[in-house]
Amino acid sequence: MIWNLFFVFFKIGLLSFGGGYAIIPMIQHEALQGGWLSETEFQEMVSIAGMAPGSVATNSATLIGYRVAGTWGAVVSTIGMILPSLIIVIVLSILLYRARDNQWIKKVFYGLRPVITGLIIFAAIRFGFMGKEQAFMSWQTLGTLIIVVLGLYGLIKHKLHPLSIIFASGILGIAFF
Amino acid sequence: MRTTIKRGFETHTITRSNLKISLLFRLFWVFLRIGPVTFGGGYAMIPMIEREVSEKRNWLSEEEMDDILSLAGAAPGGVGVNAAAFIGYRLAGVLGAIAAIVGITLPTFAIVCLLSTIYTQLADQPKVAAAMKGIHAAVIALIVVAAYRMAKSAIFDKATAATALVVLVVLLFTGINPLYAILAGLFIGFIILQIKGWLGLDLRMEKEGQNTSPEESNYPEYYI
Repeated sequence: MIWNLFFVFFKIGLLSFGGGYAIIPMIQHEALQGGWLSETEFQEMVSIAGMAPGSVATNSATLIGYRVAGTWGAVVSTIGMILPSLIIVIVLSILLYRARDNQWIKKVFYGLRPVITGLIIFAAIRFGFMGKEQAFMSWQTLGTLIIVVLGLYGLIKHKLHPLSIIFASGILGIAFF
Repeated sequence: MRTTIKRGFETHTITRSNLKISLLFRLFWVFLRIGPVTFGGGYAMIPMIEREVSEKRNWLSEEEMDDILSLAGAAPGGVGVNAAAFIGYRLAGVLGAIAAIVGITLPTFAIVCLLSTIYTQLADQPKVAAAMKGIHAAVIALIVVAAYRMAKSAIFDKATAATALVVLVVLLFTGINPLYAILAGLFIGFIILQIKGWLGLDLRMEKEGQNTSPEESNYPEYYI
């Protein structure tokens, strides 16, 4: 089990371009396929991961490892996510010194950025609407939508800190649900 | 320190290994302090890393920092962890990279485990369950904002718009492992640019006016 966690998160870490929410669908795919968590449990994990500082992807790996195999699971999953970064950074440091105007990197990112965009939109849809037991049109959904809209307003218009949005939404959640 | 070096080779090496250990410890300490402040993700920690590493300690010049940060954003993984690894490696080799990474990860790791334990204790409370539903909605909003910011820097012509759309549709309707989307994404840029070259189209690879506001363009906050 421990090895399996390490291997899966190493694989994801190796390809975790974009670092954050773009990686959530990959982790979700592996977690559901491995039967580690249910869809609802996974959504809880990501919500908790969003409350902690640092990368949502690494935090989710830590949480899933912890849930599946205790402290060692958490340690191994986190190392699995981070080790590829360490290796790649060292290799890149040796290979290329100046990165700013590297044409190869520009070409790769010309294609990679829209793919990451697609992945994040997919993450939003998947995270928002799937794995729900209740009917689509319900007070629950309406409450969620209201909080989403308020959250977007606060984040974009008033540039509020993500943590204050999370905190306020927790309180709104207690009031609504 | 200079006098000890003059005294002889043995003291010299001892001093150097002491210096190295002290540098490793300082790297660990600097990034340990940056770690917990980074609520809201990696790009929030960039100004702080710049302040600590180049302004306060003069470990690296500003140009070196700019280079490191643009590479850190491009490499897989969180930008904070990558930046820590680059800086640690540049200053003290592989051990330096490890010291910096452990430093930046440890606080987050502890906080995540703590949150998880607290949540398992309280998950049955109806109020906690209700708060979690609210937070779930907040995270949806955060992801939407991340998508919007990424789209702003990623999509600027028909080819990039089509790529994003195709990826989304394929992921929604086929259930393939999203890893393959990233794998394909590594090559799609070359293919599109090649085809555009044959057709004699504009070969722009970045959104126009990206250089006018370097803060926005170099660090799009898709990593939250």
